[in-house]
Amino acid sequence: MADHVDMTKGLPSNPEKATLEGRNKFLGFWIFLSGETIMFATFFGAFLGLREGTAGGPTAEELFQLPLVFIMTMLLLTSSLTSVLAMYAMKRNNFKAMMIWMSTTVLLGLAFLGLEIYEFVEYVHHGLGYTTSAFGSSFYTLVGLHGAHVVFGLAWISTLLIRYAKSGITLTNAPKFYVASLYWHFIDVVWVFIFTVVYLMGIGGA
Amino acid sequence: MADYSAIIKEKKDKSVLMDWLTTVDHKKLGVMYLIAGTLFFLKAGLMAVFMRIQLMFPESNFLDGQTYNEFITMHGTIMLFLAATPLLFAFMNYIIPLQIGARDVAFPFVNALGFWIFFFGGLLLSVSWFFGGAPDAGWTAYVPLSAGDYGHLGMDFYVIGLQISGIGTLISAINFIVTIVNMRAPGMTMMRMPLFCWTSLVTSLLIVFAFTPLAAGLALLMLDRLFGAQFFSPDSGGNAVLWQHIFWIFGHPEVYILVLPAFGIISEVIPAFSRKRLFGYTAMVFATLIIAFLGFMVWVHHMFTVGIGPVTNSVFAIATMAIGIPTGIKIFNWLFTMWGGKLTFNTAMLCASSFVPTFVLGGVTGVMLSMVPVDYLYHDTYFVVAHFHYIIVGGIVLGLLAGLYYWYPKMFGHHLNEKLGMLMFWMFYIGFHMTFFVQHILGLIGMPRRVYTYLEGQGMDTMNLISSIGAFLMSAGIIVLVINIVYSALKSERVVVSDPWDARTLEWSTPTPIPEYNFAQVPQVRSLDPLFYEKIHGDGKMKPAEPLSDIHMPNGSILPFIIGIGMFVWGFGMIMLNMENAIITPYAVIIPGFLLTFGSMLVRSIKEDHGYHITVEELKKLEKEVS
Amino acid sequence: MANELSKPFEKSALSEEDLYKMNKEKKVQITSFAFMIFLTFLAFIAVATEMVAPAFAVPFILVLAGMQFFLQMFYFMHLKDKGHEWANTFIIAGVVLSTPALIALTFLLGMTKY
Repeated sequence: MADHVDMTKGLPSNPEKATLEGRNKFLGFWIFLSGETIMFATFFGAFLGLREGTAGGPTAEELFQLPLVFIMTMLLLTSSLTSVLAMYAMKRNNFKAMMIWMSTTVLLGLAFLGLEIYEFVEYVHHGLGYTTSAFGSSFYTLVGLHGAHVVFGLAWISTLLIRYAKSGITLTNAPKFYVASLYWHFIDVVWVFIFTVVYLMGIGGA
Repeated sequence: MADYSAIIKEKKDKSVLMDWLTTVDHKKLGVMYLIAGTLFFLKAGLMAVFMRIQLMFPESNFLDGQTYNEFITMHGTIMLFLAATPLLFAFMNYIIPLQIGARDVAFPFVNALGFWIFFFGGLLLSVSWFFGGAPDAGWTAYVPLSAGDYGHLGMDFYVIGLQISGIGTLISAINFIVTIVNMRAPGMTMMRMPLFCWTSLVTSLLIVFAFTPLAAGLALLMLDRLFGAQFFSPDSGGNAVLWQHIFWIFGHPEVYILVLPAFGIISEVIPAFSRKRLFGYTAMVFATLIIAFLGFMVWVHHMFTVGIGPVTNSVFAIATMAIGIPTGIKIFNWLFTMWGGKLTFNTAMLCASSFVPTFVLGGVTGVMLSMVPVDYLYHDTYFVVAHFHYIIVGGIVLGLLAGLYYWYPKMFGHHLNEKLGMLMFWMFYIGFHMTFFVQHILGLIGMPRRVYTYLEGQGMDTMNLISSIGAFLMSAGIIVLVINIVYSALKSERVVVSDPWDARTLEWSTPTPIPEYNFAQVPQVRSLDPLFYEKIHGDGKMKPAEPLSDIHMPNGSILPFIIGIGMFVWGFGMIMLNMENAIITPYAVIIPGFLLTFGSMLVRSIKEDHGYHITVEELKKLEKEVS
Repeated sequence: MANELSKPFEKSALSEEDLYKMNKEKKVQITSFAFMIFLTFLAFIAVATEMVAPAFAVPFILVLAGMQFFLQMFYFMHLKDKGHEWANTFIIAGVVLSTPALIALTFLLGMTKY
């Protein structure tokens, strides 16, 4: 059952799917992501249902600042590109380039996270606490859940980077890196909807 | 290669307890699911008996209202999440890899992890009895009854216990899907898969798409209860209907999650004992898919009386009625499978065939309930209770019993006693109809559900008495089953042949007891019902698809068990946040639990574990022992 | 056999043709990234400058988000490639089943009767 590995031919063009275990991981992770889709949809739905419920507290229009959100968006979008480039490097067996691109992804993710924390602290100063209103609760929950995903993704990719710092690309770690990059893209996809639905519609939405 | 045999030897030297705690073998995990599910089933069944004793006579004082509320909540929650789901998972775990010709599931480690997380989540829910009482807001946990102001500590156990066991169920479901998609034997195309695999695949998909909204909903309720979020309090802009929506977006597919594998079991048992192939296989597959899709489009029928509006109610009413069509297709296909077949009425077949009329009764009342105007009358009466017990007991439990009697010889190497089996079936079946048929009428004359007593002289006394006697009869049937299991383990003749029922699918081509690697050589599948095909067109044995070669096996691991404990501790710490006088600060519990959980995950991630190989020589030796 | 799974490879098995194709695809990816940035700009500008009428702005930015979703999923996450049929099935199922839930939670909370 275990696929035989022919080391002499070189790294196969899709190393993440060269072994059965890799194919299983790949598919299992896509299924997980589809489950995540509907879970995030539920949180988005809760936010959309409750966003008018400010209970006299600060509203979206009063709080949100587009420049900050724009910078955060750019950071996350770019980190998505760098992880794409890392995967290209992986397929070409260019270990060093892959590590550099992945590390860049982590750095960009960290910058994003820093700005998000700054943003939350700022909003709390302006009077939007977690328990202030249904709008506040659902805003912090939705965006915070995305933030938690970022934290988990950063921890995950960093662990991979440290664990495999010197190993080169193998058929064991290629699926791991590939799946981690899928996860990172998914975080970015969710953010696209957050900046659209939460921030832009919060400011400009009728 | 020499050191691998040392590993095997070491594996054999493990104590029995360690072997079961560290196992990643799908067959052992199947048995563990079976045991855990049975224990939870007996516990929740006992609660039902207590409730029926309370309702036997008007104005009875056997239970007080609070205890009764805790019993209805725990009965429903345990039966759905911790009894029916794991019992179905037991069969899915054990049978799917055998039926598709695989050596194991796709992720053996995740399989063990799913079991232990489910188990410890269930345990966390159950220990609520020792901390001021179980949850009491009904299994649906409607807000505001379950939210911070009204729900007591039990609801925290509900929220966090279910969250944890839900994660276990979710990862197991992902595992089943990947197994079915990626691990099929050569020639086993999707449309050659046994129907049980198909329904399991669809059920697992439903779990992925339904348990995730539940996770979201439970998270909202948890944040509301523990951290003062305002989702459900209208004073702060919240909305109580939000919870109902999220709960039923999960809750309605949950019904299909449970009933579809039961459909699958029935679709295996009926052809085997009718000695005919399943009638309308393709139609069955597509009916399953349609039921699954429609199952997501109908949840508002649980909320007709909320007052969302006439158009919404109508749309969801029509969608609900539409489910009757694919279900009808299935019913007729089972009937046509039996039609003209050479029927054998043993216990498994009795359960399977009696499933059909019982389920029709449950389905008919379902269509009645889907009509909005009359639903205003039925809502929250015993009519609803009767309806869903016809689906769940008459559908799922009969399916489970049929599966148990059918697969028992393969799983444990001996038959269950047929005489005791017949006795169990008739006691259970008569008791079931006695219990629940009169509840239709009780509901129609206005007996509300979830109320712990009723007044004398309202025409409800006799029927409640009948219902309670029926419940006792049904429980006696289950006791006979337990006696049967013990009796058969001691006295029943061992099964040595691989195919005692002369059945049709691949699991019956493996030797009994099944070796750890299931198939020494992966079989080549040439048709639907592959074993039957070989019996007719071949020599009755599966042709191998590969030469005899080394078999790759996964290593056992204690980490799933430790992660389960970690989540239990972490969850318990979270509940302590709401305890009034906890002995130690909650964070002293949360942090170790958190570290244990993620630490174990880190260990798993960092340590590469490639498993071991059973070499050809060892394989030949093992195969000789088996035959 | 097992040890080979943890060994790095000396070289890559890619042929010249594979490399050529890969570079071409990489260019497509970078182009789609540029397009995503452009879409993001458009969305922010539409709201910030109020150039688009508010009633039109919401559907407009939602369509832009949908396009970005498509680009991310099909290009960055390779859903358009071969071997992604099952992944496509699951993701599409997830999106389809999310839709009624999203609509219900947004509109059917009983505040306005439909």
